[in-house]
Amino acid sequence: MNGATIERVYVWQLPVRLYHWVNAACVATLAVTGYMIGRPMTVPVIGEASFSYFFGWVRFIHFVAAFVFFFNFLGRIYWGFAGNRYAHWDQFLPLTPRLLRKQWREAVEVMKVDILQAKVEPMESVGHNALAGWTYFLSFLAFLFQSVTGFGMYAAMSDAWLPHMFAWIVPLMGGDFAVRQWHHMMMWFFIVFSMIHVYLVFYHDYVEGRGVISSMAGGWKFVERRK
Amino acid sequence: MGGAPLSIWEQARLQGHSRRDFLQFCSWLAAAAGIQASGLSQVVHALDTKPRLPVVWFHFQECTCCSESFIRSSHPIVSDIILDKISLDYTETLQAAAGHQAEAALHETMTKHKGEYLMLVEGSVPSEADGVYCCIAGRTALDIVREAAADAKAIVAWGSCASNGCIQASRPNPTGATPIHQLISGKPTINVPGCPPIAEVMAGTIVYLLAFERIPQLDGLGRPKAFYSRRVHDTCYRRPNYDAGLFVESFDDENAKRGYCLYKMGCRGPVTYNSCGVIRWNNGVSYPIQSGHGCIGCSEASFWDNGPFYRHLASFPGFGIETTADTVGVAVGAVTAAGIAAHAITTNIRKRKVIAEGISESTPATKGEGESHG
Ligand code: HEM
Ligand code: HEM
Ligand code: SF4
Repeated sequence: MNGATIERVYVWQLPVRLYHWVNAACVATLAVTGYMIGRPMTVPVIGEASFSYFFGWVRFIHFVAAFVFFFNFLGRIYWGFAGNRYAHWDQFLPLTPRLLRKQWREAVEVMKVDILQAKVEPMESVGHNALAGWTYFLSFLAFLFQSVTGFGMYAAMSDAWLPHMFAWIVPLMGGDFAVRQWHHMMMWFFIVFSMIHVYLVFYHDYVEGRGVISSMAGGWKFVERRK
Repeated sequence: MGGAPLSIWEQARLQGHSRRDFLQFCSWLAAAAGIQASGLSQVVHALDTKPRLPVVWFHFQECTCCSESFIRSSHPIVSDIILDKISLDYTETLQAAAGHQAEAALHETMTKHKGEYLMLVEGSVPSEADGVYCCIAGRTALDIVREAAADAKAIVAWGSCASNGCIQASRPNPTGATPIHQLISGKPTINVPGCPPIAEVMAGTIVYLLAFERIPQLDGLGRPKAFYSRRVHDTCYRRPNYDAGLFVESFDDENAKRGYCLYKMGCRGPVTYNSCGVIRWNNGVSYPIQSGHGCIGCSEASFWDNGPFYRHLASFPGFGIETTADTVGVAVGAVTAAGIAAHAITTNIRKRKVIAEGISESTPATKGEGESHG
């Protein structure tokens, strides 16, 4: 376009992409099975209880997905230090004044694009835009919260050391009931987050035409360079 | 009184119990306290030789259901020995003394057995308005607890009131009802929650203190692990129905008759730590779930506020009793979906030009390049 060239940039390395889709699959599984745990459906009677393990399987799937989810998340945190600059932790958490100012300016721009739907200028950043980065940071906190409360509850059914590392949350919240309620409520954060997230990704792909969606599959984004 | 203090065995003998009765009692208590067979001789030895463990038992904001539970303990020697004869120097509801005499007995124990006596507390302590909501002999419960705790060897908080505040501390807690462990620091405190606690659990806790002269292993909420390390749900005989997904849908349905799991009726078994499924109540006769009613979680903090009892999810604070986290979640989700739809529509209106420009700009370029890229 008018003198600009389109460049291909390798943004999301394989660990980030892998993390993303494993995470999305886990969150979907956890939300579905979690909802079923909180509000069990009526299964047609299939005979005596000893012949069936339906609810047990639902919970089992929840727990397996939970472990995958947790270690996948740890892997992403590691990659926040080891990965390329787009995956770096300071994309989510600008701790230097300079970065903060830069990301703040960009976040305002993004809000103009997304909410006021005012202008469309090519974004400065190639990786996550600043507002998205902050939202992902918020979701990382939610991941952490869900892991802590989940493993805190799981500690009651397990002798493994990992869940017991989180057992402190139960006295802190005043008991398993409260932990469960919070854990349940947080499911709705994930549902609402995913709705908005998926929509916005489509939206940005549509209005910016930089191939955002496919970037999470193949790793490449398209950037305009003005010469 | 007078002379060397009698041991528990000597007291039992005086009461007319045989040695055989006594040994049975010891093994029963050891079992109740979760002590292995190899530790039995230690229990027998302790009850054989140890003199009375001086005990004062206070009653503050409570309903006396803990005492009621305790004296209905399935083994007669419990009430006979532990409660009646051996150790109890002061307890408002059961002592014969009254008025000044009772106060004198209390102070005698507290001075004579300074640092030695066991302090049992039933009931929470009001802290609002300087504690005037509960006064005994002209003093506030707050005062009494602080004074008695200062020289106590250890404190046992009986029941949910003393352990977590129970109904007095439920919202809005007008009297500022406070559990003991939040008032006293630096004293070993054992929480024995339940509304009431199981008699055998109470006896077991005392026996442990008596026999081993140390605090039993406690969990994160200060409860003896021997009784509170497992959830009601983990020891529930309806558990196979839970695992199969067979639930009672209403209290009068066929599934209730079949003995299906009460989870959907709001059973708190999965979030409640207690021994009901193992020890049961009234000499092992039954427990709520066996009688067809879900667990209400009476040994868990703020169980009154976690209502309604007959629903799995609590009501969402601030939205009235019918609203759960799911109702709120669905509403937020619907608003989000509506917002997304509106946004998508305005995008196509407001950005129509931009998008059209983009498409027209790129068309010529893609004609040639599109082919080479495949
Ligand atoms: C995005 C992540 C997650 C979501 C959306 C989610 C959702 C849920 C929901 C809605 C429930 C039902 C709560 C109720 O009874 O009302 C639940 C239960 C539970 N979740 Fe999760 N969860 C997630 C992650 C985890 C993790 C990481 C763990 C860790 C082990 C975990 C462990 C548990 C446990 C132990 C229960 C209780 C199950 C039972 O005792 O039957 N969850 N979850
Ligand atoms: C079909 C569904 C989904 C699609 C198409 C999708 C697409 C994307 C894309 C394109 C990005 C990069 C956006 C950017 O450049 O800023 C991204 C990032 C991200 N997405 Fe998704 N996503 C989906 C589902 C989910 C779900 C269910 C979750 C979790 C609840 C999730 C969590 C995240 C996170 C945390 C990031 C940041 C990645 C990082 O840097 O580690 N996504 N997603
Ligand atoms: S009745 Fe209650 S405690 Fe028993 S299995 Fe069902 S949910 Fe668990």
